[in-house]
Amino acid sequence: MIRVSIEVNDKTVTAEVEPRLTLLDFIRDVAGLKGTHAGCEHGVCGACTVLVEGNAIRSCLVLAVQADEQEVISIEGVGGDLGRSGELSIVQDAFCEAHGLQCGYCTPGMVLAAEALLADTPNPTEGDVREAISGNICRCTGYVQIVEAVMLAADRLANRNYKSKPGQNSDQTRG
Amino acid sequence: MKPVNFDYERPRTIDEACELLASNSNARILAGGQSLIPMLSMRLSRPSLLIDIAHIKDLSEIVATDTHIEIGAMVRQAVAKNAIMIREYIPLLSKALHHVGHPPTRARGTVGGSIAHADPSAEIALVAVTLGAEITYRVGCDDHMFDATEFFIGPMLTVAPPDGCLVKVGFPKTSKICGTGFYEVAPRRSDYALASAAAQINFDSKGAAKTIRVGVGSIGDFPERLDVDHLLKTDLNDESIVATVETAITEIETVDDLHASAEYRKRVAAHLAVKALQTARDEVREAPAK
Repeated sequence: MIRVSIEVNDKTVTAEVEPRLTLLDFIRDVAGLKGTHAGCEHGVCGACTVLVEGNAIRSCLVLAVQADEQEVISIEGVGGDLGRSGELSIVQDAFCEAHGLQCGYCTPGMVLAAEALLADTPNPTEGDVREAISGNICRCTGYVQIVEAVMLAADRLANRNYKSKPGQNSDQTRG
Repeated sequence: MKPVNFDYERPRTIDEACELLASNSNARILAGGQSLIPMLSMRLSRPSLLIDIAHIKDLSEIVATDTHIEIGAMVRQAVAKNAIMIREYIPLLSKALHHVGHPPTRARGTVGGSIAHADPSAEIALVAVTLGAEITYRVGCDDHMFDATEFFIGPMLTVAPPDGCLVKVGFPKTSKICGTGFYEVAPRRSDYALASAAAQINFDSKGAAKTIRVGVGSIGDFPERLDVDHLLKTDLNDESIVATVETAITEIETVDDLHASAEYRKRVAAHLAVKALQTARDEVREAPAK
């Protein structure tokens, strides 16, 4: 057993874990946050996508021991004030409005992939959006409304003069 | 989809990693984990010890020498994709990295890990073979260097020493004037390619082609170079390119599987190789000398 300490949505979770425990299972079973969905558990579906140090990654392809001392944002931490305010984030809101989900199983992963994209690329093209969610499988929507949702969120973030979090580069635009 | 349990070590130096490797014949190196962890989850791989090299600082560096750009074993694909040094001196690798997996796997996966894993459809391995990259392994205290063109010997099979740790991959710098092309055909974005091709033409200062490298991947057990030296005697017109590629590709062994026939893969690879060469040529014919 190895002692790990992972910051999940701004809260430090410390536990003794087996080296084989994935970050996905750490988030679900140790931190107790069930919003991160377990799909294929071998890196094909993208349902388990979370942010580690600001990057969208598949939590089933990272061991908890590899994420030791790192910052993780799961779907529960995406909303206002790292999820504590109970408000949906602009991206989550756009998914509701554009009907970017049906059964909802892929949605947490889609939302986090979109959040990571928009943090780096405030004015994405449709191609950028498709690239960003290319590792996330959805069996219901046919993706069209998901792409629309992310584009809608990008629009809203741009219009309200959204300030990105410190340390993230918001000036970067695609040439 | 839970791996068999294993021990886990987090060395701080390469020497320490090599000692751990030598101490256990069933140990595996863990870099980005984007290929290894699925294999653990499916229990295709059952190591008793994982050696996580992510905390070895020297391995995350990209270093320029006079002739090569050396990419450390822990340089992540996303970092390499955005590195100015790589865009400038290994433009072919830059192009290929756009096709490697997708953003979440690139954020974790490493350039070296992809080479060590040796998937037959890996884009990075194809570029390494095409350009003749130098792959360096540390065994004990000694460095062993392998030419990428002789490194891959089968699907997920290389000549790498079993007790060695990949430390860096050196890609030769392009000449000042150079053109590149990279293409692949895959069932969907970020999926394993059914056929892929990479090309690089280095020109001398007078605009004459000096070296021409073309490789094809995903169609056989490992990526291979095509012998297109004949093109150096031509003015790189379309007819010569097509004829040379079509002759050269007959030498390549292709494989059938349920996704595509060997014949189809070969045909597509030839087409992509032609397109890659044309793109490489046109980049230079259009762009003025630097």
